[in-house]
Amino acid sequence: MIRFETLTLGYGNRTLIKELSGQINGGALTALVGRNGTGKSTLLRAIAGIGQPYSGKIMLAGQDIQTMSPASLSTTISFVTTDKVRIANLRSRDVVALGRAPYTNWIGRMQALDRKIVDEALASVGMSDYADKTMDQMSDGECQRIMIARALAQQTPIILLDEPTAFLDMPNRYELCSLLSRLAHDEHKCIVFSTHELDIALELCDAVALIAPPQVHILPTDEMIQSGHIERLFSSDIISFNPATRTVKVKGR
Amino acid sequence: MSKRNTILFWILAIGILLLFAIDMGVGSVDITPSDIWATLFGNASDQIKSKIIIDIRLTKAIVAILAGAALSVSGLQMQTLFRNPLAGPYVLGVSSGASLGVAIFILGAPLLGLGGKSLLSSIGVAGAAWIGAASILAMVASVSRRIKDIMVILILGMMVSSAVSAIVQVLQYMSHEEALKSFIVWTMGSLGDVTLSQLWLVAAAVIAGLVISISVIKPLNLLLLGEAYAHTMGLNIERTRMLILLSTTLLAGTITAFCGPIGFIGLAIPHVARILFHDADHRTLMPAAAMTGAVALLICDIISKMLILPINTITALLGIPIVIWVVIRQKNIV
Repeated sequence: MIRFETLTLGYGNRTLIKELSGQINGGALTALVGRNGTGKSTLLRAIAGIGQPYSGKIMLAGQDIQTMSPASLSTTISFVTTDKVRIANLRSRDVVALGRAPYTNWIGRMQALDRKIVDEALASVGMSDYADKTMDQMSDGECQRIMIARALAQQTPIILLDEPTAFLDMPNRYELCSLLSRLAHDEHKCIVFSTHELDIALELCDAVALIAPPQVHILPTDEMIQSGHIERLFSSDIISFNPATRTVKVKGR
Repeated sequence: MSKRNTILFWILAIGILLLFAIDMGVGSVDITPSDIWATLFGNASDQIKSKIIIDIRLTKAIVAILAGAALSVSGLQMQTLFRNPLAGPYVLGVSSGASLGVAIFILGAPLLGLGGKSLLSSIGVAGAAWIGAASILAMVASVSRRIKDIMVILILGMMVSSAVSAIVQVLQYMSHEEALKSFIVWTMGSLGDVTLSQLWLVAAAVIAGLVISISVIKPLNLLLLGEAYAHTMGLNIERTRMLILLSTTLLAGTITAFCGPIGFIGLAIPHVARILFHDADHRTLMPAAAMTGAVALLICDIISKMLILPINTITALLGIPIVIWVVIRQKNIV
């Protein structure tokens, strides 16, 4: 679904990712993990076509994204950013409806089909009852679900999410990731999200993309656990990763 | 659209008509509704009165509507573009550009020994203001093509404004009383300086600006979620920014050129429209802001004529409480 060809990417003079070649599959949930500042957001933004210039190629369904127009990109990829959207007077339904923008006319008129898609998107994230609430009255978890519904309404084969679990409590994190997993499998979407929750990533995701600067390893979850990349990246003087239990432990306890 | 908002639009429309009629009737010369009626329908007996009605009262009332709509719509666009509830039509340096143009024209030219019948004086104050506003905006626009971050552009606009007001102060300091006075009078703003022949120009520019604003309604709705979201929903950000800057030049630039820098309307009215209409969709907010702006400026004009005060003092005294209220209540409005 998403194929990288010798992708080199960085910030200013700093190279974050060097000569990445690999593939992220469709119909699967992929977690993007890595330490702080190693380029998780930068990579996601590059795939979404809004990032810094890079060398190499990012191919979506066989097409180089740099040759795609913003309009055709918008029907291929949707993105859930870390930006908080809490605008007074803006109802959840309106936010989700904005996801229809690539398909509506110059002034954004919604047809019956568009409205149906918006309702379905709200239903599939379990937020139908919140359609007429404004987002400044909702919790972080609820807002995150609305932003995912907006991405669903955009009807793209690929959905990218930048740290969607960051401000959520434990039950919400698991619920959100199960939701993403369900969407990836049931609706055969390619969903990629960056996260710091290693346990969730290993438990609920089909594949893991791990940034070990300047390399990126993309492997199915089980292979990733056996590969030893996780121990190398996350183990320190204080903690260690145990592949057998898939958990992180504090050393000497 | 909800029934409530439809009713609100009707109330605003009727309000504009009523206030327009009242505005025609208020002034230093007593004019009765029947005088106005007679003049407008071509059987006036008093030539002086009918001249006052057409050249002064009618022109001024139309300018009030145009200025109110223009400033409010450009303020709304700026607030959404910068995602900042305290942005207004002047944040990018429209008013400072205009005042630089006027300062050079009124204050600078006499200092250089130009003036009188020189080429410069034929441009007129309005022309000088327009050139000033357009050149500052063109500068900001050219920078904004290269800079991705919208906040940097906002800060640049503010810095340019400060630099320009410093230059204007230098010119003021060095100028003679006479020239200084006419500059100060311009800064106070006036809806009455537009002549009947200039009215066509103002109306054409404002209508062109409003047409461009209507064309960016959908982009503005997408920008509510921020530029990253707007971009991934297929919006051409650079093109949208250029269109918004162009419409601001046409709307706020033209009004500032002909009426002086009228403060607080562009900043406060979009908030009033949001409060009245409980909506964030620009398909509702844009006509709402235009109509609320027209109502507000007609009210300000009526008050300023009754108290014989400059329009700018009235817009400030009415606008500032609204702005303070917005700051204190500070929810994420845009």
